[in-house]
Amino acid sequence: MPRNPLVMDCGIFTTRYKDDMAILHHPGAKLKVLAVIIVFAAFPLFASPYYVGVANLVGIAVIGALGLNILTGYTGQISIGHGAFMGVGAYTAGILTATHGLSFWIALPLGGIAAALVGAFFGIPSLRLKGLYLAIATLAAQVIIHFLIIHTPSLTKGTAGMVLPAPQIGSYRLDNDLSFYYLILILTIAAVVFATNIFRSRVGRAFMAIRDRDLAASVIGINLFQYKLLAFALSSFYAGVAGALWGHYMGVISPEHFTINMSIMYLAMIIIGGLGSIMGAIFGAFFMTLLPILLREAVSLFGGVFANISGIILSMQDAIFGLIIILFLIYESEGLAKLWKNFKEYFKLWPFSY
Amino acid sequence: MDFFLQLVITGLVVGSVYALVALGFVLIYKSSDVINFAQGEFLLVGAYIALTMVMLYNVPFLAAVALTLGFCVLLGLLVERLVLRPFIGEPVISVIMATIGLSLLMRGLVQMIWGTDTRTFPGIFSDTPIRMGELVVSSVYLWSLALAILLLVVFNLFFKYSSTGIVMRAAADDQMAALSMGISVKRIVAITWAIAAVVAAVGGILLGNINGINPTLAYIGLLVLPVVILGGLDSIPGAIVGGFTIGLLEALAGGYLDPIFGGGVKEVAPFVVLVIVLMIRPYGLFGKEIIERV
Repeated sequence: MPRNPLVMDCGIFTTRYKDDMAILHHPGAKLKVLAVIIVFAAFPLFASPYYVGVANLVGIAVIGALGLNILTGYTGQISIGHGAFMGVGAYTAGILTATHGLSFWIALPLGGIAAALVGAFFGIPSLRLKGLYLAIATLAAQVIIHFLIIHTPSLTKGTAGMVLPAPQIGSYRLDNDLSFYYLILILTIAAVVFATNIFRSRVGRAFMAIRDRDLAASVIGINLFQYKLLAFALSSFYAGVAGALWGHYMGVISPEHFTINMSIMYLAMIIIGGLGSIMGAIFGAFFMTLLPILLREAVSLFGGVFANISGIILSMQDAIFGLIIILFLIYESEGLAKLWKNFKEYFKLWPFSY
Repeated sequence: MDFFLQLVITGLVVGSVYALVALGFVLIYKSSDVINFAQGEFLLVGAYIALTMVMLYNVPFLAAVALTLGFCVLLGLLVERLVLRPFIGEPVISVIMATIGLSLLMRGLVQMIWGTDTRTFPGIFSDTPIRMGELVVSSVYLWSLALAILLLVVFNLFFKYSSTGIVMRAAADDQMAALSMGISVKRIVAITWAIAAVVAAVGGILLGNINGINPTLAYIGLLVLPVVILGGLDSIPGAIVGGFTIGLLEALAGGYLDPIFGGGVKEVAPFVVLVIVLMIRPYGLFGKEIIERV
């Protein structure tokens, strides 16, 4: 039934389970999603290549952050090794394309699968370890993987880094920001849709049960070991794909990109965006990718005032990230996603809010 | 054989500093179930403040150390009040992220103030190395070993005999029971953070005298994690044993395996041990096993 645009929502009332499970509850929501996709698809037409490049980085970060949110936000398993899992994906795909000349389209999923296997391996301790101990175990994964990347130069060329070829469709090379934009856009949308759907399924509900109380979950018949490993594998698959994409987009990968700082950056994304929320991962990725860029522009306005500006910027960036993480944790632990929701709810009732 | 002994000495010295830093971790964990990922940054701040006082204001070394420790008490109290207090009763992940945020914030601020160049303390310890039979040991090493051991003994006595120490152990053992005995747990946690900051600063000053100071020193906060896990997060003797074990392991791995693998084994070996320990004895050698019930 067409809805009167002037009438406000007062709730979602469904009469069948099928309707209840729908992602988009009314035609308006479908239009809205369509509009958002059209805006993103048309974005490069009116943005300069620089901003298209920024958008590419955001897209890759969205995929990575979604992965971490599956593990940390939805399953409650803290991981400080996400950066290393991205590295596994990037290096696997990179070795396959650069050294063995395999097509990017095969190497991309293989990179994801390799990362998933490694992630699942380091997820094994999660059956016995919780909270702090698990965080430290994943930190060990980060350090060990980083060491292996540096010290197997026959495969990874060590600290020198690898040069990766641009992906090709037939004879068309995806070697500029614009062509990559659509690839990343499609993959990001696929990643968002897949993640949304996981959490409407049995697997996703099991993840959330484990997060809320894992012993209780195991009492109602959830196989903890299997589902925790699955969460690690899925999360690392996302990380691996994001890493492989990033590597081929940048054209160069080296071990210094996949350090603990990267892992912390992704943790910060999902905390600031909102733990356990798809929108949260998206908001967080936008925020954390754009913040350094905005910061640099803001500081360059005062470029004449300070000497040695570029050195200070990096430190300031660290300090501001740290401060923002703490402030969000204290004042809005559900992140930007919650702020956005509050904003929408406010205007749902406006001007008759009570 | 000489090479081996030399490595053992180095390992013991580094291990003693590890034990000190690990002590800070364990104290905080015992009293408030928080693991402080910013411990390395506390170390950095302590080292830089002492350095600034010695270099810029020509304060005598011992006075500078005393002032630094006083400042670190304030810093610890401030951090606890502003950052950690709001997280009482919050989930573990929030607390972990808060201390990670704190570490970023502190590292950023330190770099903004002091830059990223390596700085060295002026020669406070004499340069002439001490000969012990065949071995040559620089006096800084001996001093730091002696100081670290002294501090560890002092803290052990503090926890055993002083009333504050006993109250802290009580709060660590069972917060609820401690509260019902009229102990202010908030005060205890604040004291713990102050002590942890002080211990870290001592570690920072010692390390600064050995290797010089730059912001990468903060990574020791992460390197110490294997130490606390090996010993058990809630065990003070564990921190000491773990510190010396990991120090030795690092030195030996560095001496014998680095040439084979082309460097880096020193840094990664403790983490390999860490994973093995976590798989076999998740609560460390001396840690308290937690039994969960639904």
